[in-house]
Amino acid sequence: MAFASFVIRRLLLGVVVMWVVSVATFLLFFVAPQDPARLLAGKNPSAQEIANINRRLGLDQPILVQYWHYLIRLLHFNLGTSYFTGTSVNTILKEDLPPTLSVMAGGAVLWLIVGIGAGVLSATRARSLVDRISTTGVLIGITFPTFVVGLLLLFLVFKPLNQAGFHWIQTGYEGPSQSIVGWAGHMILPWITIAAVSAATYTRLTRGALLDALGEDYVRTARAKGLSERRVLYRHAVRAALTPVVSQLGVDIGTLAGGAVVTETVFGLGGIGQQSLTSILNGDTPVVLGIVLVAALFVVVANIVVDIAYSVLDPRVKLS
Amino acid sequence: MSITGLEFQARAAAGPVPTIEGRSQWQLTWRRLRQDKVAVASGIVILVIVALAIAAPLFAKITGHGPTQIFQNTGISADGIPTGPGHTFWLGADEQGRDLFVRILYGARISLFVGVATTAIATIAGVTVGLAAGYFGGWIDALLARVIDAVLAFPYIVLALALAVVIGPSLPMVIGVISFFSWAGISRIVRGQTLSIKEKEYIEAARSIGAGPWRIMTVDILPNLLAPVLVLATLSIPAAIVFEATLSFLGLGVQPPTASWGNILAGAQNYYTVAWWYLVFPAVALFITTLAFNLLGDGIRDAMDPRTERLFGARREQRRLRGLRPLSEADIPALPGKTGA
Repeated sequence: MAFASFVIRRLLLGVVVMWVVSVATFLLFFVAPQDPARLLAGKNPSAQEIANINRRLGLDQPILVQYWHYLIRLLHFNLGTSYFTGTSVNTILKEDLPPTLSVMAGGAVLWLIVGIGAGVLSATRARSLVDRISTTGVLIGITFPTFVVGLLLLFLVFKPLNQAGFHWIQTGYEGPSQSIVGWAGHMILPWITIAAVSAATYTRLTRGALLDALGEDYVRTARAKGLSERRVLYRHAVRAALTPVVSQLGVDIGTLAGGAVVTETVFGLGGIGQQSLTSILNGDTPVVLGIVLVAALFVVVANIVVDIAYSVLDPRVKLS
Repeated sequence: MSITGLEFQARAAAGPVPTIEGRSQWQLTWRRLRQDKVAVASGIVILVIVALAIAAPLFAKITGHGPTQIFQNTGISADGIPTGPGHTFWLGADEQGRDLFVRILYGARISLFVGVATTAIATIAGVTVGLAAGYFGGWIDALLARVIDAVLAFPYIVLALALAVVIGPSLPMVIGVISFFSWAGISRIVRGQTLSIKEKEYIEAARSIGAGPWRIMTVDILPNLLAPVLVLATLSIPAAIVFEATLSFLGLGVQPPTASWGNILAGAQNYYTVAWWYLVFPAVALFITTLAFNLLGDGIRDAMDPRTERLFGARREQRRLRGLRPLSEADIPALPGKTGA
């Protein structure tokens, strides 16, 4: 029962957060000194043309009325239509989701393996060669900006391989329905990019939390009752050490699902991130509002899932 | 017991009497920092970069190449390929025939200025809000804490891009946007520290002699916050530099022809196959600068409190001593410009 009431309360709170985000983004774009009608009308439009476009887009109505219509549409899961292409925002997002999810899923798997692995190794083997290498890796990962990693991969991997006649690794996006291998070839560099800049955080978190956990009484108890060191490490210490990792993972996945702007732009993947950049530059407010809302939704959902995962990983955590 | 003049002379002749002098916390910190070779080296690198940035006009004069000057004849070949590194263009030219070395130096000015300016704004705002929230508690804290959480939780890369467009790309806008996303992390830590400091006996003592909230906050609490704030500020400089570079790379920060490392790299995106220098040199400049600030921040943290674990160091066994953890790595806010990218 405690569990059910916890989930319900978190969901209600999530709805409130979503509403705040919708109001904030709506306001942001209505104080914007942009005039979509002027952008759409082409060169030297007459006042009549501008007024017509404004009427068509509903921009001639008071802000409160516009927001009301917007809210009603949202409650029907309708994000509106693009000013520029006339396509529904739902369709645009549906088309842009596969590249974004591909980047996120593969990247997350890669950074979890590298990050947690390096963190466990360096916590259990302090001052070893492995530890030194992982520490240096963390340093480089934290220092390099995402777009520089992406550009360097293009320069150091993509260019030489393709010049050498090895064409598996490609830029752009190709869905996995054609060929899984081809899809992976398009995704491998984005995955490495995302993992390179993210794994460092996970290594630091894992190492810190694991060292804390190894000093806990329950680990001493587990050792005292004669469990193998391996079992103590993985069943007791690592399990508890994963809570901050899960928390970070929730935040990162939620953020990335809303678009890996830089990675998608560097590799020309055309996901939600690249779409948000283009739409922002075009002043295509409905699309931007839709993306921000969907991104916020992912963050909110990810946070709820994280809180539930906490109680599963660490029995000491009480849902409240 | 007094000593005779003769004894005194004998002692004076024997050499200086070793004295025990008290050292303040800052003197101790400075001593520890000076012994940290990595931190000293990082400090020197930063000074060199600052010097180069200040001397940018000088190098423009020496090479005879202005930062936005286009050299059609010497800078690009007949087929439009930029000239490589050499006597004329020390680090090569870009696709328009501009001197990359001079542009990187001018870019350093932007990067350092943005890094320092946003850190100053974010630190002042962050400390003010965190101190007020932590000290006053009650509804003020509840309200400010929610605001802090909201800023930290927003999908900020999209919002930053949106703000950039709404306000229009310019240097003040870049500084404003980065500051807006940087103060909350500092606030959260300052609030936490304030909450624990205000329960100390000396705060009670200050209150009992009639000190008001303003005096307690500025005289009794603030000096105790300086150590963590200094570390956070040092680490927020490289984060801001990366944020600026990312915004400019996406075309929403510093606008060409003004040189910034981000927009130089955006240009390099289309030419790295024919002009490696165009990509490599600005990337190296960005890397060295952020690395030096990160290592220096780490060194300062270590010097402030040798018990804390180093961000990049190997002193993790100290963590096992499990004493106080004044500033652990979990407290470091997410570096703006990194995640969600």
